[in-house]
Amino acid sequence: MTARGQTPAIVLFAGLALFPLAARFGADAYLVTLGARILIFALAALSLDFLVGQGALVSFGHAAYLGIGAYSVVLASIAGIDDLLAQALIAIVAAALFAALTGYVSLRASGVYYIMSTLAFGQMLYFLFVSLSALGGDDGYTLSSRSRLIGKPLLESDFSFYYLCLAALALAYLVLARVAKSRFGRALNAVRQNPLRARALGFRPFPFQVAACVIAGAIAGVAGTLLANQSEFVAPAFMSWQRSGELLVMTILGGVGSLWGAILGAITYLTLEETLSLLTDQTHLLIGPLLVVVAIFGSRGLAGALAPKSSGRAA
Amino acid sequence: MSLALLAVQTLNGLQLGILLFLIAAGLTLTFGVMNFVNLAHGVQYMVGAYLAAMFAALTGGFWSALALTLPAALAFGLALEVLIFRWLYDRDHLSQILATFGVILFLNQGVKTIWGAAPLSVPMPEALSGSITLMPGLLFPVYRLALIGVGLATALALYLLINHTRVGMLVRAGSTDAAMVSALGVDIRRLFMLVFGFGAMLAGFAGAMVAPILSVEPGMGDNLLILAFVVIVIGGIGSIRGAFLAALMVGLIDTLGRTFGPQLLRLALSPSAASQTGRALAPMLIYILMAAVLFERPAGLFPVKR
Repeated sequence: MTARGQTPAIVLFAGLALFPLAARFGADAYLVTLGARILIFALAALSLDFLVGQGALVSFGHAAYLGIGAYSVVLASIAGIDDLLAQALIAIVAAALFAALTGYVSLRASGVYYIMSTLAFGQMLYFLFVSLSALGGDDGYTLSSRSRLIGKPLLESDFSFYYLCLAALALAYLVLARVAKSRFGRALNAVRQNPLRARALGFRPFPFQVAACVIAGAIAGVAGTLLANQSEFVAPAFMSWQRSGELLVMTILGGVGSLWGAILGAITYLTLEETLSLLTDQTHLLIGPLLVVVAIFGSRGLAGALAPKSSGRAA
Repeated sequence: MSLALLAVQTLNGLQLGILLFLIAAGLTLTFGVMNFVNLAHGVQYMVGAYLAAMFAALTGGFWSALALTLPAALAFGLALEVLIFRWLYDRDHLSQILATFGVILFLNQGVKTIWGAAPLSVPMPEALSGSITLMPGLLFPVYRLALIGVGLATALALYLLINHTRVGMLVRAGSTDAAMVSALGVDIRRLFMLVFGFGAMLAGFAGAMVAPILSVEPGMGDNLLILAFVVIVIGGIGSIRGAFLAALMVGLIDTLGRTFGPQLLRLALSPSAASQTGRALAPMLIYILMAAVLFERPAGLFPVKR
């Protein structure tokens, strides 16, 4: 990725940074709350795009990491740990462990098997939390308050919470863009483009792919801790397979491989859903066919349409 | 645990397995022959159940509803193929996921819009209602027995169709190497359409058959779709035989695990701990089985040779 290739990302983040100010002058404080929610899903979609775009690993169980992150907040706050950084650390460790374990098994087979087994492992975790009555089971668990940051209730204001989410997103973007350019990222890309050739060059795909799962899982776990704080409520529905599907839809809609495309995809999908829900309560009757049309006619997503040359696919 | 309970739960497990097989059979063929990720297979099962409910309300009987549902489900599957799926065969899995996920969203909402969110029910056929005594102290509904019988008969018919007919030969050849089959002068697009329509009909058939014993509601196909995925991963993509055996395994393990898991754990744990752990572990059993199979045999128990 050249510096020129980063222009869309810079514009995107500048827009996101200015959004709350515009929302404050404009109309609704609710928009900032919604904005934070979108940023959290953008973070999860971003990590998924790393997996799909760099490693061609189509995970259909990515919402599991949102759940792991969210339940880390629940378990930590039950144990009396209410600092967000500590909670995020727990989430990262737990998500990385789950990613390593399930990746180790699912990556033994490739392609369609990987898609289906990640889906199944996500579902396994979903049912586990549904049956854990100590954590509220199917009804979920209501948090008494948002987490604290360095001992202060910094997350209580929607305004500062929004910027916290934005900081997490920007940090994750920088890290992932950096990783994609590194030797590790190049090797992962080589495996994606031609596993046979990569093997001949001496790269065993397996460890690279497991590591990619761990990185993506850990970041999505952080998104989960933020999501729990945003809604102050955690339920197994956070990790339902429909949620995993939505994350994948956001990623594909945005255009796989560019990283910033996934952020754009999340913004587009959630804004569309929100806007349509103002018009009708049957949003899916409109969104469903739209996805079909995009799948058939727009193969490279929003990033492909906006910046045809800078997409990671061309690398 | 009593013998009668064991027998009842085994039959229930068989029945779930049979249902899973009817759904997984079509799914494994679309995966195997066309390398197509069809997430919308579960909603086709749901549509089958809704069609049965609609026709039952119109005609007043189960049999007439079933007779009308089969061609309708076939037509519905073919329509989806012509409108959407055939444009995506040559595309990557991502486009297929995006499109079929869109179909799920649309249809789950669509049935809600047409028939409402409240569950519908389909009358049990008169001749098959009631229960019979299989052994002393064991009463089992006739309809569920009939369901198992019908499923086994379908499995046999599928076996004959795939292994002993010309179309079946083409399907087998297609799942080994579709490009080669096409090069040999077979109209592969028509074969794809046929497999697709047939799979949709099987899913619709499954939906119609379980409609009298389950409630027909939006989203009813979603969880079954995932179970069908588990079945296919265990059985091996493209293998009908694998799908059959894996479906029975998954059905039995899931049903028996939920009933007897907590009881078995009681041998090692205190009663309350056993019931807690058992209830948490039982729904995970089939996924653990899948992980074990993936670990030992990454291409499933009956991999199709490529």
